[in-house]
Amino acid sequence: MVDELRLEGVTRRFGDQVALDGFDLEIRGGEFIALLGPSGCGKTTALNCLAGLLPLSGGSIWLDDERIDGLPPERRGFGMVFQNYALFPHLSVRRNVAFGLAMHGVAKQEAADRVEQVLDLVGLQPHAEKYPAQLSGGQQQRVAIARAVVMEPSLLLMDEPLSNLDAKLRLEMRTEIRRLHQQLSLTTVYVTHDQEEALSLADRLVLLRDGVVEQVGPPEELYPQPASAYVAGFMGYRNLLEMEAENGAANDQVSVGAKGISLRGTDRRDGGGRRVICAIRPEDLRPGDGPNRIDARVVVAEYRGQELAIEAMTEQGTALHVLTTERLVPGDTVTLSADPERVLVFDAEEAGDGGH
Amino acid sequence: MAATETIRVAAPTRRSRLAERGVDRTLLLLAPAVVLLVAMFAYPFLYGLQLSLRPQEGGGLLANYRAFFADSFESGTILKTLRLAVPATAFNVLASIPIAYFMRRPFRGKRLLTAILVVPVTLGTVLVAEGLLRYLGPRGWFNRTLLELGVLDEPLRLVHNYWGVLFSLIITGFPFAFLLILSYMSGIDPTLERAAATLGAGPWQRFRRITLPLLAPGLATTAVLCFVLAFAVFPSASLVGQPSGSTRVLSIAAYHAAFEDYDYSMGSAIAMIMGAVELAVIGLLLGARSQLYKGPSTGGKG
Repeated sequence: MVDELRLEGVTRRFGDQVALDGFDLEIRGGEFIALLGPSGCGKTTALNCLAGLLPLSGGSIWLDDERIDGLPPERRGFGMVFQNYALFPHLSVRRNVAFGLAMHGVAKQEAADRVEQVLDLVGLQPHAEKYPAQLSGGQQQRVAIARAVVMEPSLLLMDEPLSNLDAKLRLEMRTEIRRLHQQLSLTTVYVTHDQEEALSLADRLVLLRDGVVEQVGPPEELYPQPASAYVAGFMGYRNLLEMEAENGAANDQVSVGAKGISLRGTDRRDGGGRRVICAIRPEDLRPGDGPNRIDARVVVAEYRGQELAIEAMTEQGTALHVLTTERLVPGDTVTLSADPERVLVFDAEEAGDGGH
Repeated sequence: MAATETIRVAAPTRRSRLAERGVDRTLLLLAPAVVLLVAMFAYPFLYGLQLSLRPQEGGGLLANYRAFFADSFESGTILKTLRLAVPATAFNVLASIPIAYFMRRPFRGKRLLTAILVVPVTLGTVLVAEGLLRYLGPRGWFNRTLLELGVLDEPLRLVHNYWGVLFSLIITGFPFAFLLILSYMSGIDPTLERAAATLGAGPWQRFRRITLPLLAPGLATTAVLCFVLAFAVFPSASLVGQPSGSTRVLSIAAYHAAFEDYDYSMGSAIAMIMGAVELAVIGLLLGARSQLYKGPSTGGKG
C-alpha cells in the first residue's frame, strides 16, 4: 500500500475555462476521500486527472516520492469505477473482472483464484457467466467495483458510482462500498454531488467550488462547523438568509436582521462585514417560544414519516424550511425559534445558493 | 366457496389470438413494400431463372450451365470477378478501420477530412474512370512524374488492365465502407477504452480486446455490402479495364451473351451463376458474423 498520494497545485484548463485551479491535497494510505460539489465544480476533472485520463495543465501528482502525472493511465495502477460502469459488453462477468489481471500478465491460476475471491466478496458468483446486459443496475455496479478492486489498486477512484441507481439500491450499495472499504482498506477517492453519500462514506471531505477547494475536513468537522455559507448549504443548512449585521459582536455572537426578522447568531465572519448570510438547519428552527422568535405562516407541509417538512413564509415574504414533529397544516400561523448557537452568520460575499 | 362460483372467461377470439403473436391489421402497412419486392425482384428473378432453363439451342434444362462451365473462357469470369471484388472489399474495409478509429474524437479539420474522403462516392463511376485514365494513363501525371524523376524507365501500365479496375473499385467503394465503419465506430462507448486503460491495457490491447470485437459485426456487414457493390462491377471493368481479357467479369459475360450474341437464355444463366457466387460469399461472411458477439456496444446504463 502507498503511504501518501500528493496533489500539488493541480490545474486543468479547457480552452480559457479553468475547471480545476491549483488543487492541493494529501491523501494518506487507506483513507476514504470524498470530492463533493455541484456539477461543474471540477470534481470529475480532478478524478480524471488522477486517473491519467486527462493531462494536467499545471501542477504535479506524487505517489510517495514518484511523480506520476506524466504516466498514461495504464501505467498508474489505479482502479476506476465509472459513472456508467463502462463494463465490457462482449465479455462475461468473470472475464470482465479478469480483464485487468490478464493485462498485467498475472498467472492464469492465480488470476482465476483472485477473480473467484472478489466475485464472492461482492456476491456475484451466481452471475459469473452472464453478460453485462443480462444484469440489473445494482449487479452491473458490483461488477464495476469488482473489476477495479480485483487489481488491489494503490488508489481506487469512483466517479459518482451510485447516481444511476434507484433510492433503495443506492442506500444498499452505499453500505456495501463502506463495508468493502473497511474490509480491503483501499485508498479511495470518491466523487459525488450528494452530501449524504459523502458524509456517510468518507473519512475526509473535500468541498470544491468552481475548481477551487472551499473546505477540507472530516465529516465530524464539516457538518457542525462549515467554513462558509457555501459549505453550510451543502451540509444541510437549507435556510440561507441574506441579512445585515448590527455593530458590536460579543461572546462570538452577533445580531443580524432583515425584512422584519432579527436574530442573534454565532459569528463566523472573517472580518466584520455588514452584509451577511445567516444559515439555519430546518431541524434547528423549532415551533414554540424561545430565543430568535420568527412569526410565519405554514405554506406547504410535506409528510416525512416521523416528521413534517414545512415551508413557512414570514409576513414580509421570507421563505423558511422547518423540520418538525408537530402536526401543522397549511394556513397555520406558527412561532419559530432557534438556539443562537445553531444560527451561523457568514460573510455575504460567499453568497449564493449552496449548490442544490 | 361454492363450486358454482366459477369465473367465466370469454374464449379468446381468433383475432385476439393472432394479435398476441403479432399478427394484426398493421401488417397491411407492409403491403406496398411486398408488392414492390415481388414486382421488382421476385418476378424478374423467377423469370430469369426459367429463361435460363430453356436454352435457345435446346439440349436439356441445364445445357446453358453445362456450356458455361465447359468453356474455360466463360467459367474463368467467376475467378476474374472474385479476383477484383475480394481484394477491393478487403482493402476498403481494412483501410477504413484505422482512419475511422482515429476519427472517433473531434479535432480541427475533421469535417473537411470526412468530406474529402467521402466526395468520390458522389462522382459516379464514369467520372472516376475518366480521371483515372488521365491520371494513371501512360501519358498521365503519375507516370510522367515518375519518369521525370528517373524512378521509371518506361511508363507503368495502370489502366486498361486489372489494376485500373481495382483502383476504380477502391476509389468508389472506400468512402462507402468508411462512412459505414465510422458510424459503427461512433456507436461504441468511448468510456470502455478508458476503463480498459485504467485496468492496464495499452493502446494496441485496448483496440484489439475492446474496440475490435465490438466493431467486428459491423465490419462483416460492411464487407457484405462492399462485396455486393464490387462484384457487380460493370462500367469500370469496360472503361478502365480490359473487358475482353483480364477484366472480363461475370456482368460483362452476361451482357455479351444477352446483347451481343442475342442469347437471352444464356445471359440469364450467367446472371443466375453470378447470384449464386454472390450468395455463397455473403453466406460465408454472415456465417462468420454469427459467431461474433452482437449485443449492445455500451457498457451499462447511463
